[in-house]
Amino acid sequence: MPEASTLAFEDSPAIDGVLLNIGLLADNDDLAAVNRARIEAAGARCVNIMSSPGSGKTTLLEATLAAFAGTPRIGIIEGDMTTELDADRLRSHGAHVAAITTGRSCHLEADQIAAGLDRLADAAGSLNTFDLMVIENVGNLICPAAYDLGEHTRVVLVAVTEGDDKPLKYPIMFHGADCVVITKIDIAPYLKIDLDRLTANIRQVNPMATVFALSSESGAGMDAWLDWLRAQRA
Amino acid sequence: MPHEVDMTRALILSLTEWWRQQTDPRPVARVVLAVGQFTCVEPDLLRTSFARQRVGTFLEGAELAIKDVPFVAHCRRCDRDYRPDLGRQYACPDCSDPLGEIRSGRELKIERIDWAEMEPIDPEPIGERVYA
Repeated sequence: MPEASTLAFEDSPAIDGVLLNIGLLADNDDLAAVNRARIEAAGARCVNIMSSPGSGKTTLLEATLAAFAGTPRIGIIEGDMTTELDADRLRSHGAHVAAITTGRSCHLEADQIAAGLDRLADAAGSLNTFDLMVIENVGNLICPAAYDLGEHTRVVLVAVTEGDDKPLKYPIMFHGADCVVITKIDIAPYLKIDLDRLTANIRQVNPMATVFALSSESGAGMDAWLDWLRAQRA
Repeated sequence: MPHEVDMTRALILSLTEWWRQQTDPRPVARVVLAVGQFTCVEPDLLRTSFARQRVGTFLEGAELAIKDVPFVAHCRRCDRDYRPDLGRQYACPDCSDPLGEIRSGRELKIERIDWAEMEPIDPEPIGERVYA
């Protein structure tokens, strides 16, 4: 940042002003807290899944729904910019899915999750039907990191095709993750990706996150992910 | 559409709500934001969005000043603060301990407003015109 953005008048007693200290996203954060309380009251927990487009969020959810076969019961809120293609893929597995098309916006906000919860409650009769709410965020490694949606845990996916430097380029997203899932490991042998370096880069920005490596296609590594996700229930 | 557009909308709505609650709301000369370097917010995009969205609101005459808050992390092992090198190195430069506690750089807040030097005015006509 250029020095010009530093304020010269800071703390100047000559200026007639009011200290506010209001969070820029305070309204969103308040709504997120309401969502979280509502999900907890229904006896469920919420997982927010984020990644770049094409990292395999929907494919991982499809494999997860197939493996769970209805237990635990998952309600899905699906963020997509313009289409319901992903939502339709998940519905084909029998899951309740509330599709939210965000238009030109590149992330989901807490008010959209509130509307999604309404729709899931209508479709299933009650939110109590669900053990776990899963939000599939809009494919983007930047904006979604800033918005609390009311989730209890954040999962970030990174595909082996994305290169090992992704965590260094998008540190805020990876720093905020409770769990990082390295996807598409079945094709890693055909790429130049160094999985150890990718893991080290994740660890550099987030030493606490649970890290899995799996393939939704081959099923390799899926069991550990499924066990972890089951444990996210209330 | 960058998220700075949505954030600017949230900024103007929050300030409008606050301003209407004041007993003697006056024109605002300046809105001061604190934006940390470890946020996904680009100050230039906030400035552009604000210049566009303030038109027709009580903030039309206000400038947006953005305080750039540096990214500072704390290394527990060395017991000292350091400035990570964004995009390259986040671990402690001395002992390579991973990024842990963040001392500053996550800020994203409306810090203050400064009044313009004018007599108090009635907020309702302007507020209604814009947000009715």
